Amino acid sequence: MATVPLLTLLVFAPLVGAVLLALLPREPLAGVRRAALVFSLVPFALSLWMLGRFRPGEAEFQLVERAAWIPAWGIEYRLGVDGVSLFLVLLTAFLTPLVVLASWGDIHRRVKEFFALLLVLETGMLGTFLALDLFLFYVFWEVMLVPMAFLIGVWGGPQRVYAAIKFVLYTMTGSLLMLVGILYLAWQVKVQTGAFAFGYERFLALHLGAREQLYLFAAFALAFAIKVPLFPFHTWLPDAHVEAPTGGSVILAGVLLKMGTYGFLRFAIPLFPAAVATYGALVATVQPDLKKLVAYSSVSHLGFVMLGLFALTPTAVSGGVYQMLNHGLSTGALFLLVGMIYERRHTRMIADFGGLWTAVPVYAACFLVVMLASVGLPGLNGFVGEFLILLGAFGPWPWATAVATSGVVLGALYLLWMYERVIFGPLVRPENAALEDLRGRELAVLVPIIALCFVMGLYPAPFLRRMQPSVDRILARVQSVEAPRLAAGGRR
Amino acid sequence: MTPIDVGPFAAHWEVALPGLLVAATAMLVMVADLVSTDPDRESLAGVALVGLATAAGAALWLWAGGNGAGGFGETLRADRYALFFALLLIAATALTILLSVDFLRLHALPAGEYYALMLLSTSGMVFMAAANDLIVIFLALEIMSVAVYVLVGMLRREVRSNEASLKYFLLGAFATGFLLYGIAFFYGATGSTRLDVVAQAVARDGLTPFLLLGLALVLVGFGFKVALIPFHVWTPDVYEGAPTAVTAFMAVGVKAAAFAAFARVFAGALVSVAASWTGVLWVLAALTMTVGNVGAVTQRNVKRMLAYSSIAHAGYALVGLVTATKAGEAALLYYLVVYAVMNLGAFGVLIALGRRGEPNEMLQDFAGVGFRQPVLGLTMAVFMLSLAGIPPTAGFAGKFYLFSAAVDAGYVGLAVIGVLNSVISVYYYLGVLVQMYMTEGTRPIDAPATRPYLLATILFAGVATLLLGVFPSGTMELARVSVASLR
Repeated sequence: MATVPLLTLLVFAPLVGAVLLALLPREPLAGVRRAALVFSLVPFALSLWMLGRFRPGEAEFQLVERAAWIPAWGIEYRLGVDGVSLFLVLLTAFLTPLVVLASWGDIHRRVKEFFALLLVLETGMLGTFLALDLFLFYVFWEVMLVPMAFLIGVWGGPQRVYAAIKFVLYTMTGSLLMLVGILYLAWQVKVQTGAFAFGYERFLALHLGAREQLYLFAAFALAFAIKVPLFPFHTWLPDAHVEAPTGGSVILAGVLLKMGTYGFLRFAIPLFPAAVATYGALVATVQPDLKKLVAYSSVSHLGFVMLGLFALTPTAVSGGVYQMLNHGLSTGALFLLVGMIYERRHTRMIADFGGLWTAVPVYAACFLVVMLASVGLPGLNGFVGEFLILLGAFGPWPWATAVATSGVVLGALYLLWMYERVIFGPLVRPENAALEDLRGRELAVLVPIIALCFVMGLYPAPFLRRMQPSVDRILARVQSVEAPRLAAGGRR
Repeated sequence: MTPIDVGPFAAHWEVALPGLLVAATAMLVMVADLVSTDPDRESLAGVALVGLATAAGAALWLWAGGNGAGGFGETLRADRYALFFALLLIAATALTILLSVDFLRLHALPAGEYYALMLLSTSGMVFMAAANDLIVIFLALEIMSVAVYVLVGMLRREVRSNEASLKYFLLGAFATGFLLYGIAFFYGATGSTRLDVVAQAVARDGLTPFLLLGLALVLVGFGFKVALIPFHVWTPDVYEGAPTAVTAFMAVGVKAAAFAAFARVFAGALVSVAASWTGVLWVLAALTMTVGNVGAVTQRNVKRMLAYSSIAHAGYALVGLVTATKAGEAALLYYLVVYAVMNLGAFGVLIALGRRGEPNEMLQDFAGVGFRQPVLGLTMAVFMLSLAGIPPTAGFAGKFYLFSAAVDAGYVGLAVIGVLNSVISVYYYLGVLVQMYMTEGTRPIDAPATRPYLLATILFAGVATLLLGVFPSGTMELARVSVASLR
């Protein structure tokens, strides 16, 4: 059968959409908005097709496409999907149309440019998840940077320029050191096999000394830690989130932050297994010190994901990947909900609200479900991920896990407290009483997310079944390094 | 009396053809200037471009011949290396002339003199890249420089243009003095000024004290022309004072030609004693990158910022020479191409913003231009991102080649310094984009469509910057083939 280059179509469909959008006339706005929605639904449809063609139960990369790109340096254009990236790609393609829809009411200025940049960003994100050549990966990784900075800097709040520049500088510092790491690895391929290459498997096949691995891990980990973001590299995130427009925040929290955790799982852990033990323990010990970060729910949630990934047991890692999706959905939805109320009241101060339950019951109900999903109520998706991480991480690190769990409980407390102050209590402000409840378009944005929260909470098996083989394969690499060490006295 | 037999000497005279054709075009432009009745002298640009195209054709013809023969007693060579640079320099000049047409009309500059001087300078550059003899390098460098001294001072009524011209002339004369002095020591140490003979002598005798002295002095001469730290002090003032199109010409053409000779001497003739100069160049490269980038951060004048940025880019390019490997030198050549394209584009946008009596060079003059003039905004964004080395632009591919060659040669530290410098540079290049897209401004800008040549050049540079970034292989292969004839 003549195979369709499905992944290439998927990655570049948004870019083509962006170019077409840029060529459209600026007015009428409704036309531009509808066109943007259509252009973002195309990659979503393609991603569903990809899901249909994905064979569960296989650990290897599937739907692989390759072409020579810069042959003199062994650089290939190579895309492929496995159980780890599959759902992250779906998440990206799923959230983008929702963001487009949610931005209909939020973005009134330079609408065309906003959606075009959003679509360029989607190409960068999809490419990052699907690239199997590290040069290509790096290109997509950086391609994400510029549109995101512009989304913050052009359409953001009063401190937007500061936030945008901070975002770029933080990210660039990390990623450029990763570039040196990639170059070093490619050079090692040359030293060991005779020619430069940047392929993922070629890097996996390298023999690296423990010390080398430590340095290289540091170079990669810095890039990823800034993106996650891990303490103490997190300070760009609050700025970026506060200043970004709603759509930007959703993409940032929903997908971009996953780039960091994905990078750890795809590259840093399997490429440098010898360094993982050292740094993994570091992650676990930093975790208890993150108390003050509980307020930043994203930071603590993703810290929890990191705990799952670095526990290096199949259950915990699967839980980590699952939790990435959950966080993408629930935090994305939280930002959407905040954005919707901001559109109506032009304030985000908790003190300005209270008693919304009577004024906007549908809004309050949606908020409740999303908040509970984020908190980890059984029956919703957050619970499954957190439970798997706890289950898998408790064995290797009982204390760190216990402390991390209390962190999550504290985070839940903050969210519940916030919910109580915004939604319950007496409705004292007259402007809140006049609030309009969710419109059809807004429901169309939220209902798919909420439905998915229930599906992933009640029936996780189809998701986990597709992830498990690839997770096992990554862990098998780490264990092959760990096993002799454990035999020789153990690391704990 | 028997006539002197010039037969052996004039054999293979065709090696000089590209440079001669450029020089002949300069004469033709001067004559055409006298007979032209067109007040704007736009036709002169046409004459110049046709002449340059002919010269490029000659270079391609020599490339196809492919024997790399030497002519004029082996003092000139038409090898692939020389022809690569000839094509690059001719193309850069052609683009500069296209940038200049509207600029000259705007500032009422004498087009005839301007084009003729620019072409004369280009012929010097082409000869410089083809020179296989230190004396020819010196002569070509002077042909190039003297014309540029005049071009820099063309805005006669502007004080800063006069100052720039005088400063460049005095310091330039001083630096060429160093070069000539160094050449004398080379002659003393090796008995010849011909590079192939020098190479043999150096390989045989190793590093003698005289040679070391010559090497150091020649390094000063070249360091001045490519604006390495600490020989860069003139650069910001001269670049800022010169007419913007001339600044672009200097940043691209003069720098590329100087690098051509620099690499021919060091990576060619002196390669057998590479251990004695790679350390110095390592330090110069690291310093040049860092000082250039740090200097650019505080600039509020975009033209001056681009001057500092050009210093930093000379530092990046020098990394290719430090490696003393074929891969590094090929990366250097590739980078010079990339740099030419993106820098000409950036200066083009700068020219496009300027109006009569309003240079509009300050950062705040860029405010809001991105959305008001989408074409200028988008192309400038491409040039800035490329200069900052962000994929998928040409600047990234260029830096990638340079730094991977550095890692390949074992200079991981230099690569790390290079990428950290890129982070600094992101800050100030992004500053331009912040002004263009994230602040509001009302300063009037002439619609780019009223300056068709300028707009076409900018668009060409923008497309080339993207294409060279996404598909670097073809050009890189040419660079690789070209450096093969270096030694």
